Amino acid sequence: MTALDQETPIIELRGVDKWYGDFHVLRNINLDVAKGERVVVCGPSGSGKSTMIRCINRLEDHQRGQIIVAGIELTSDVKNVEAIRREVGMVFQQFNLFPHLTVLENLTLAPIWVRKMPKKEADETARLYLERVRIPEQADKYPGQLSGGQQQRVAIARSLCMKPEIMLFDEPTSALDPEMIKEVLDVMIELAEEGMTMVCVTHEMGFARTVADTMVFMDRGEIVERGPPKEFFANPKSDRTKLFLSQILAH
Amino acid sequence: MTDVTQQLPLAIEPPPRAASGLIGWLRANLFSSAFNSILTLLGVAFLAMTIPPFIRWAVVDAVWSAPNSRACAGAGACWAFIHEKFRFILFGTYPYEEQWRPFWAVLIFLALILASCDRRLWGRRLVLLWLAGLAVVGVLMWGEVFGLSYVGTELWSGLPLTLIIAVVGIAFAFPLAILLALGRRSRLPAVRTICVAYIELIRGVPLITVLFMASVMLPLFLPTGVTIDKLLRAQVALILFAAAYLAEVIRGGLQAIPRGQIEAADALGLGYWQRTRLIVLPQALAMVIPPLVNTFIGTFKDTTLVIIIGLFDLLGTINASLNDANWRGTSVEAYVFAAVFYFCFCFFMSRYSYMLEREFNKGRRR
Ligand SMILES: Nc1ncnc2c1ncn2[C@@H]1O[C@H](COP(=O)(O)OP(=O)(O)OP(=O)(O)O)[C@@H](O)[C@H]1O
Ligand SMILES: [Mg+2]
Repeated sequence: MTALDQETPIIELRGVDKWYGDFHVLRNINLDVAKGERVVVCGPSGSGKSTMIRCINRLEDHQRGQIIVAGIELTSDVKNVEAIRREVGMVFQQFNLFPHLTVLENLTLAPIWVRKMPKKEADETARLYLERVRIPEQADKYPGQLSGGQQQRVAIARSLCMKPEIMLFDEPTSALDPEMIKEVLDVMIELAEEGMTMVCVTHEMGFARTVADTMVFMDRGEIVERGPPKEFFANPKSDRTKLFLSQILAH
Repeated sequence: MTDVTQQLPLAIEPPPRAASGLIGWLRANLFSSAFNSILTLLGVAFLAMTIPPFIRWAVVDAVWSAPNSRACAGAGACWAFIHEKFRFILFGTYPYEEQWRPFWAVLIFLALILASCDRRLWGRRLVLLWLAGLAVVGVLMWGEVFGLSYVGTELWSGLPLTLIIAVVGIAFAFPLAILLALGRRSRLPAVRTICVAYIELIRGVPLITVLFMASVMLPLFLPTGVTIDKLLRAQVALILFAAAYLAEVIRGGLQAIPRGQIEAADALGLGYWQRTRLIVLPQALAMVIPPLVNTFIGTFKDTTLVIIIGLFDLLGTINASLNDANWRGTSVEAYVFAAVFYFCFCFFMSRYSYMLEREFNKGRRR
């Protein structure tokens, strides 16, 4: 926690470009995220939000520019990539729990196999996090037996069990019924309050206002605008941002 | 709210009476419509025409002991033939005084197969158990150590041979098939090409051809003086053949794994082999149990083809015992016996797979 830590960003994207075939999906992306910073990314569908966030743990590879996470530059070197993935948790829109494993096994799998944690310790950690996402009683069920909101909270707990430094969320509430969204957002807000570094793609503007340090607006593969939420919502500078906000806040 | 429900108690309606009892079941299942009734009557008539004569042949009129087939002449089955030839059918040309060795080998195989059915043993322990079991079987069959006399593979025959070829074949073909299926989906073009070429090549030719090539052509390519055991050649041929089919079945399961599963495993920092072993294969294999067992059953029955390169498996010894001049005209009995044997094994496999399937799907609702 030296002064240097405060200043060197934990995630750095420098002039990142990416193409799918001929389609230019990310255009010259520059983004710094400091340790403990909460970044919320929004933008219209197809603007490249998922692609950008998935580049940070290299579920997608970029073709130009640099991505540096926790001091390690992402290259095609498998060892580098796995080292970074250990420190970066990710929560998906579709939960992606492992259906053949119980909730507890979902949570202990990576600590045991990746972190080489003894099973007993992994079990204890897992139960601790299940408690924190408020479903300790579901430990021995299979994911298919849980509601969507419960599944997403298990998915969050699964990432947390790896004790990551950074959490990435890709529209974690978009696949949920309205009455379940709050239970997931509550868990995320708690996490933010504890000082977790978070990059979160979401259209939950209430959540963004509560927790975001920085809002990022993307459109057509570019970061169009960024700033603290107060300013971002009160007087957006670009017309594209204004249009997007008017559409999303209309309902 | 509570008041309302108290004031207006809901009428208690019993569930509709299911057709109960034997009559109800019959009506619901066998005579639910005119067409169904006709089918039922036809079915009953067919059974009435075929089953009693078969039972009369196989049990009532059967002859259980007789010195030769002429003494058996009658309307019924001549089980005396099976009775007389039983030991030869089971152990074939294996030296008579030493036949306790294949007997124990068979028992060990059956014990291993039964042990494999217990899911709690699955894992490293089962692999060790199998290796130990196979080693003991090898020692028993070959001998030459612990004061056992040497018995070459050319004398192995009957049931132990069938079990060895089938079990060793499946046990080696299965892991090979997993590697082939994974290789076929590999991102490395060289690996992918090799796997595709192998699978397509093997699937394109009949097993008989592969066996012939292994037994006739392979020696031509080997330097003179080098010989490979005939049993080993047949065994390798069967493994290579079965692996190609199993690989395609397993690939079907791999394709059905959603991308999100792989991404989630990656995001947690699992490496390729961890991801494959812990996430992908358990789900992929559970999904393809029915076709997988189908292929196992096919392979088990395919072992009977080794007869064409001069190995005497169970069907081979049955055939050979028909050559005895004393027992002319007993081929029906012989083949019924063979059919019953193969049916029992295959039926066991299919019931077991059915049980596994239910076990895997327990508590898993999507
Ligand atoms: N594997 C792929 N191959 C080709 N094009 C792709 C691929 N994945 C995404 N795209 C395209 O890239 C663009 C950006 O996709 P991305 O998923 O990043 O958008 P998004 O901002 O997350 O949108 P949404 O809000 O709908 O999730 C889209 O136009 C999409 O069609
Ligand atoms: Mg998206």
